[in-house]
Amino acid sequence: MAVDGGPELVQLLTPEGVLVEHPDVALVLTDEQWRERYELLVMVRRLDAEATALQRHGELGLWAPCQGQEAAQVGAALATRPTERIFPTYREHGMAYVRGVDPVTLLGLFRGTTLGGWDPADHGFNLYTIVIGDQTLHAVGYAMGAQRDGAHEGVLVCFGDGASSQGDVAEAFVYAAVNDAPVVFFCQNNQWAISEPLERQTRIPLFKRAAGYGFPGVRVDGNDVLAVEAVVSAALERARAGGGPTLVEAFTYRMGAHTTSDDPTRYRTTAEGEAWRLKDPIERVRAHIVRSGIADAAWLAEVEGRAEQLGEHMRTACRAMPDPTPTSMFDQVYAEDHPVMDRERAWLTSYLAGFTDAPHHAGAGGGQ
Amino acid sequence: MRRTTRVPAGGSDMAVLTMARAITTGLAMAMREDPKVLVMGEDVGRLGGVFRVTDGLQAEFGEERVIDTPLAESGIIGTAVGLAMRGYAPVCEIQFDGFIFPAFDQITTQVARLHLRSAGTLAMRIVIRVPNGGGIGAVEHHSESPEAYFAHTPGLRIVTPSSPGDAFTMIRQAIVHPDPVLFLEPKRRYWEKAEVDVDAPLPPMADLFRARVVRRGSDATLLCWGPMVRTCLEAAEADTRDLEVIDARSLAPLDLPTIVESVTRTGRLLVVHEAPVTGGLGAEVAASVTEACFYQLEAPVLRVGGFSVPYPPARLEDLYLPDLDRVLEAVDRAMAY
Repeated sequence: MAVDGGPELVQLLTPEGVLVEHPDVALVLTDEQWRERYELLVMVRRLDAEATALQRHGELGLWAPCQGQEAAQVGAALATRPTERIFPTYREHGMAYVRGVDPVTLLGLFRGTTLGGWDPADHGFNLYTIVIGDQTLHAVGYAMGAQRDGAHEGVLVCFGDGASSQGDVAEAFVYAAVNDAPVVFFCQNNQWAISEPLERQTRIPLFKRAAGYGFPGVRVDGNDVLAVEAVVSAALERARAGGGPTLVEAFTYRMGAHTTSDDPTRYRTTAEGEAWRLKDPIERVRAHIVRSGIADAAWLAEVEGRAEQLGEHMRTACRAMPDPTPTSMFDQVYAEDHPVMDRERAWLTSYLAGFTDAPHHAGAGGGQ
Repeated sequence: MRRTTRVPAGGSDMAVLTMARAITTGLAMAMREDPKVLVMGEDVGRLGGVFRVTDGLQAEFGEERVIDTPLAESGIIGTAVGLAMRGYAPVCEIQFDGFIFPAFDQITTQVARLHLRSAGTLAMRIVIRVPNGGGIGAVEHHSESPEAYFAHTPGLRIVTPSSPGDAFTMIRQAIVHPDPVLFLEPKRRYWEKAEVDVDAPLPPMADLFRARVVRRGSDATLLCWGPMVRTCLEAAEADTRDLEVIDARSLAPLDLPTIVESVTRTGRLLVVHEAPVTGGLGAEVAASVTEACFYQLEAPVLRVGGFSVPYPPARLEDLYLPDLDRVLEAVDRAMAY
């Protein structure tokens, strides 16, 4: 069971909430910045809990929880500039939140009203990608485009320990390396690919794979929001300056299930969960800001209040999300007119019109 | 490096071009017209492609626009997706038909779906060029006709020229089109020459997806595409029956109105393709035409294609590929009903 990140783990804030120095990495935050980070972590945990609850109440078909990975996601997203594109997997709800994406936008995919449905340009946040690893190549291509545009932009792409075994990730490493593409490969090693432990994916620490491709690899404490932000900032700065790609392995833990359909008690021990609970990404920040006098009980309560409001907003908006109209499935398969879409749309319209008293097909098409 | 060959820049009159050169000329023209157009693939730069279709492009447009990629096909298509998201229009070359399968996931899972997944906000303006089909005496995986896999995938468009003139026009239309286009190049016809009007204006986009009746006839219709167009024309010329030949040109979408109109007149349809008949596009055409022309058909729609075996060793390919005799044998059967 992997709990300890080893001697090469970059850490700036211990699980006990104590700031520590690192020879190569440093980041100093103002009190305001500390409060901002704490609040982001709390909000992300809340939105994740709300979505999980919505799934349990039948409002979502599925949810992929990010509990335990809040620091990795918030820290990495904060390291990017708003103009820089993030390529998520399907679990980067924390990054989406940092980018200003309304969590309700993420729910459509899990509720079954859309396959994604947002414009990546709106918040510089690409669509969720479900086939694991595919997006690493998209990010490299996007970064190659940034190079051609002469833009000094970095690109951040997420994947997990499971996806590290995918051929596309290996190809993305190759393409990024030979092109010096300004991309940061951000691997959230949460120790489990559904039921398969890290040992089923690799014999060496994942960050060491970068050496074989000719670019640096760093392992950072993924539950340490400060260290993640510092390490990813440095990697992005290197990318912007033309230094090429970096692999950042955020050593973290998926505290919940892979998805709401999963039962982790079948493959992992409660002892492991308890060991990781002691490394909770939020508790350490709370310990630090309370002990340092950056935040008091009243402010912490205000944050809890705002988190509750976010939960309420998600609940209300999720339940109000309309099902898509039946023929909308034909509308955006192609950018231009297509005779098969026209034919099948017309047929479905006429078929549905034949049900004069048909509650089954009336109105929206969801659920049949 | 030392390359000095220039791609024809477009003169004032007709040029006699091979199909390969016609595509090169179209690519160069598209690249001159739109700085966002990129060419990428294995050996497309310094070498000019194993079939020389991209010959001279890197010399004219530089290594930033004509990219020699690592030898990883999923990487070619996956990075093209990212470039398209960034506003570029990559024209990817898959070196041989049989090498497209490492990229199958990126094509079917990402390229074909991102427009829909993004609620229409992402244009996947990507062209995937594939030297296609058999007949060149190659080793395994160099003679495949994988069109049915992709025609089955919503979100993709598939076109295939059969002549230098069409190749020149269709590659330019495919590059302009906002949807992803698989561009299948009949590799055994690469070296056939014809006059091409390199100054002609680009026809309306809808023409890209139109079939063309290339020979009028009244007894039976031969529907074919790519390399089989010449085969069918030769068969029609050699036969005493009055055979109509249609070049499908677009495989996804199929131009059913043109096919149906023809079958309504002739009453008989044969679909001729190199791919194995089992689950092939011929089956799709047969079903659609039967539905549309049930009362006009004098015979069942017949398929003439590759056998349902892996593409055979080169010494057997003449037997595997439909030829004039195979086509006319099927016409005999159709006429016997």
